[in-house]
Amino acid sequence: MSEETLALMTWLVPAGPLLAFFLIMLVFNRSKTLSWVVAWAGIFTSLFLGWTIALTVFFDGWRDHFASLIEQPLVIADSVLWLPFTRDAARWLQMGVAVDPLTAVMLFMVPFAVAMILVYSVGYHRWGMGPGDHVVLGAPNHSGVDPLFSRFFALMSLFGGAMLLLTVADNLLLLFAGWEIMGLCSYLLIGFWYAREYDDPKAIPPRRAAIKAFMTTRVADVFMLLGIVFFYRVFGTLNFHEAFAAESLAGAAEAVGFGGLAVMTLLLFTGTVGKSAQWPLHTWLPDAMEGPTPVSAVIHAAAMVSAGVYMLIRIFPLVATAMAEQPYAGLIIGGIGAFTAIMAATIALAQYDVKRVLDYSTISQLGYMVAAIGIGAYVAAAFHLITHAFFKALLFLGSGSIIHGMEAGAEHAHDHHTDPQDMRNMGGLRHKMPVTFWTFLIGGLALSGFPFITAGFWSKDEILADAWFQGTEGGSIFAMIVFVVLAVAAFLTAFYTARQISLTFLGKPRTALAEHAHESPAFMTIPLLALAFFAVTFGWLGIPDNFLGTDGIFTNFYHHFVGATVEGTLHGLNELGIHVHELTTLPFNWIPLLTSLIVALGGLALGWWVYGRTARETTEEPDRLQRPLGAAWGFLANKWYWDELYNLILVQPVEWFSATFVYEWVDKGLIDGTLHLIARSVYTSGQYFKRFEERVISGGVDAIKDGFLSLARDFRTIQTGRLQEYVLVTTGIASVLAILVLIINWWDTIRVWLGV
Amino acid sequence: MVPLSWYLIVAAILFAMGLYGVIARRNAVAILMSVELMLNAVNINLIAFWRYLTPDRPVGLAWSLFVLALAAAEAAVGLALVISVYRERDSVIADELDSLKY
Repeated sequence: MSEETLALMTWLVPAGPLLAFFLIMLVFNRSKTLSWVVAWAGIFTSLFLGWTIALTVFFDGWRDHFASLIEQPLVIADSVLWLPFTRDAARWLQMGVAVDPLTAVMLFMVPFAVAMILVYSVGYHRWGMGPGDHVVLGAPNHSGVDPLFSRFFALMSLFGGAMLLLTVADNLLLLFAGWEIMGLCSYLLIGFWYAREYDDPKAIPPRRAAIKAFMTTRVADVFMLLGIVFFYRVFGTLNFHEAFAAESLAGAAEAVGFGGLAVMTLLLFTGTVGKSAQWPLHTWLPDAMEGPTPVSAVIHAAAMVSAGVYMLIRIFPLVATAMAEQPYAGLIIGGIGAFTAIMAATIALAQYDVKRVLDYSTISQLGYMVAAIGIGAYVAAAFHLITHAFFKALLFLGSGSIIHGMEAGAEHAHDHHTDPQDMRNMGGLRHKMPVTFWTFLIGGLALSGFPFITAGFWSKDEILADAWFQGTEGGSIFAMIVFVVLAVAAFLTAFYTARQISLTFLGKPRTALAEHAHESPAFMTIPLLALAFFAVTFGWLGIPDNFLGTDGIFTNFYHHFVGATVEGTLHGLNELGIHVHELTTLPFNWIPLLTSLIVALGGLALGWWVYGRTARETTEEPDRLQRPLGAAWGFLANKWYWDELYNLILVQPVEWFSATFVYEWVDKGLIDGTLHLIARSVYTSGQYFKRFEERVISGGVDAIKDGFLSLARDFRTIQTGRLQEYVLVTTGIASVLAILVLIINWWDTIRVWLGV
Repeated sequence: MVPLSWYLIVAAILFAMGLYGVIARRNAVAILMSVELMLNAVNINLIAFWRYLTPDRPVGLAWSLFVLALAAAEAAVGLALVISVYRERDSVIADELDSLKY
C-alpha cells in the first residue's frame, strides 16, 4: 500500500461519519431506516479504513521488530497549508493528519467501539417497532420507536467523526477542534430526551445534566486553550511531531524553563481533568447518565473520556520533559489520578443505579490511566485506555440491555413507577437474559482484572508493575503511594463489580419488571458478543516479555509497538541531558502480580460472599454494607457531597450574581433607573416648556389679538348704517378742516383783527 | 350791480338749509329734495362767479348747465332707488335703512 493511499485513507477516516451526519441531518432525516443505514455506512467505512491503517502500520513495523518505528514513529503524515500567518509558507498554520503507533491502536479501537454502539442503538431505540402510545417528542418512548431516531444517529455520527478527527489530528488545534465538537455532541446527546421531566426536585433532568456536562468541560477547556496558546508561543508550531522532537523540547526547556513547561503541562492537563472527569471536575459524568445508554457507552468508554486521556498520552514527551526537572508536575497529575481512582471506587460501592456504578467505575479507571502518566508509565496508560474502552463499552451496552429488558418488563406489567435502572428492583436476570448475563460477566471480570483471561488484568497489572518498579528501584515514594492506592482501588473495583453482578443477575427477580424481562434483540446482543471477544483477547497483545520469569515465549507486542512512538524522543532527550525515564522492559517481579491476583480475586470473592451467596430478598432492605459502614455509607451514597459543595460555593453565588446583582441591581436598578430618570427629567422640562409656551408666547399673542378685537369692536360702532349720520360726520370734519385752512391762510389778518 | 358777496351769501344760506335738510329730514324723498337745494345753491355760486369774474368766457355757464343736468339725472336715479327701497322695505324713513350697519 503506497504512502499516498495510506495518507488518503487517513484523511477519509473521520470523513465517513461526518458526511453521514450531514446527510442524515439534511436529507435522510425523514426515514428512520435510511438514517441508521447511512450512519452505519459512515462508521463502517471508518472501521474498515481504520483497521486497514492500523494493521498495516502494525505489521509493517513488526517485520523488523519495530526498530524502524523507534527511529521514525510517524508512519503517515500529510498536511495542507491552512492559515497564512506570514508570507513565508513554512510559517503558515498547517492542518493535517498523522499516524504513529499510538494513533494506530486508537484507530483500531475507536471506530470498532463506535460501530458496535451504532449497531446496538438500532435495537436500543427500538427500530422496527410502531410509534407506540402517547408519543412525546423528546421523551423516551418505551412502547415504540423513538420519535427522534434520526437525530440520534446524526448526532452519534458527528460524535464519532469528531473523535476520529481528534485521533488522526497531527496538531493540537485540530485535536482541540475535535475535542470541542465532542463537547457539543455530549451536550446534545446527554440532553437527547430534552422533554423528560422528573417529579423529584432533586433529580436532575436531562437538560440540566447536558448543561452541567458542557459547562464543566468548558471550564476545563478554557485552561486547555491557554495551554495551547502557551504551547504555540513556546514551540512555534502546534504539530506534535515537530514540537516533540528532542531538540525542540530541549530548546523549549531553555526558553521558558522546566517550570514553564510544567505550567504548560498542567494547563493542558486541566483539559483532561474536565474531559475525563477527574477530580475536581468529575461531577458531570454521573449526571450524564440521563442520556440514552448508547450515549453513555460512547461518551464514557469509547470516545469522549478516552479523548482526554489520549491527549494526555499524546503530549507525554512534554510531560516527561517537565517532570525531569520539576517532579511536582508528575505529582499533581499522578496525585489527581490516584485520588480520583480511589474516591470514585468508594462512591461506586454505595450506588444503586446500575449505570451509576459503571460511571464511577469509569472515573476510577480513568484515574488509573492518569496516575500511570503521572508516574511516567506511558505504555501502561495507553494499554489500559484501549482495554478499558472495550470492556467498559461492553458493560455500558450490557447495562442498557438490562434496562431495556426491565423496561420491557415494565410495559408488560404496566408498572411505570418502579425505576427500571435501580438494581434493587432487579435480580434473577441471569435466566431471563442469558447473553446479556454472560457478556456482562466477562466485562465485569475484565474490569476487576480477573487473571489471565481478561484484558483488564494485563493492563492493570502493567500499571501496578510500573508503579512498584518505580517505587522500589526508582526510589520514588510517590510511586509507591500510587501503587498502594491503585491496589486498594482495584480491590474495591472487584468488590463493587461483584456486588453489581450479584444484585442484578443472581437470586430471584424482586419485582414484576425483572420477572417479565426478556433478552434483547440481536441488534443489541451481537455488539455485546463482539466487544466481549476483544475484552478477552486484546489483553494477550500486552503480555509482558518476561512474564513469570520466562524468556522469549511471550512478546509484548503492544509495549514495543506503542512504545516506539516516544522511545526515540525519550532517548534523544536523555542524550541532550534531560533525564527522563526511558521506556524499558521491566524486570519481572512477583509482588505486583500477586497483588493484582489478590485484589482482583479477593475483591470478587468478598463481593460474591457478601452479596451473591445469599441473594437479596426484597427491594427495600438496606444494603449489606450499610450497617458496617454506618455514617460513611451516606457519605459514599451521596457522592462525597461534591455536588452540594459546588452548588454552594460556585453555582449559587453565580446565580445570586446573575439574578440579584446583575438583574435586579444593575439592570433594573441602575440602567433602567437611569433611563427612567432621563425620561422623567425630559418629561418635566417638557411640562415647563409647555407652560411657558401657553402663558408667555401664546398668551402674548392672544392678548394682542384680543386687544385688537376689542379696539375694533369699539370702533365698529361708528358704522351705524344711517346715511344721515355719515353726512353729519363728514360735514363736521369738513367744516373743521375748512376752518383750519382759512385760519392758516388768513393768520396774519386774524392776528391783526384780534389785536395780538 | 349788487356786490358779489350778496349772491354768495344767498348761495351759502341755501346750501346750509339744504345741508340741514339732508341731515335732519326723516323722509328719504325730502333728503333728495334737500340735495337738489344744495345743488341749486352751488349753481347760484357758479353763475355769480362767472358773471362777475369772467363774463367773456362761457366757462361758468357751461359748468352750471352740466351741474343742472347732472342734478336732474341724479334726482331721477335717487328717486328710482327710493322707490325700489320702498317696494322692499315698505318705508322711506332714512333712519330705518341701516342694513349696512356693523
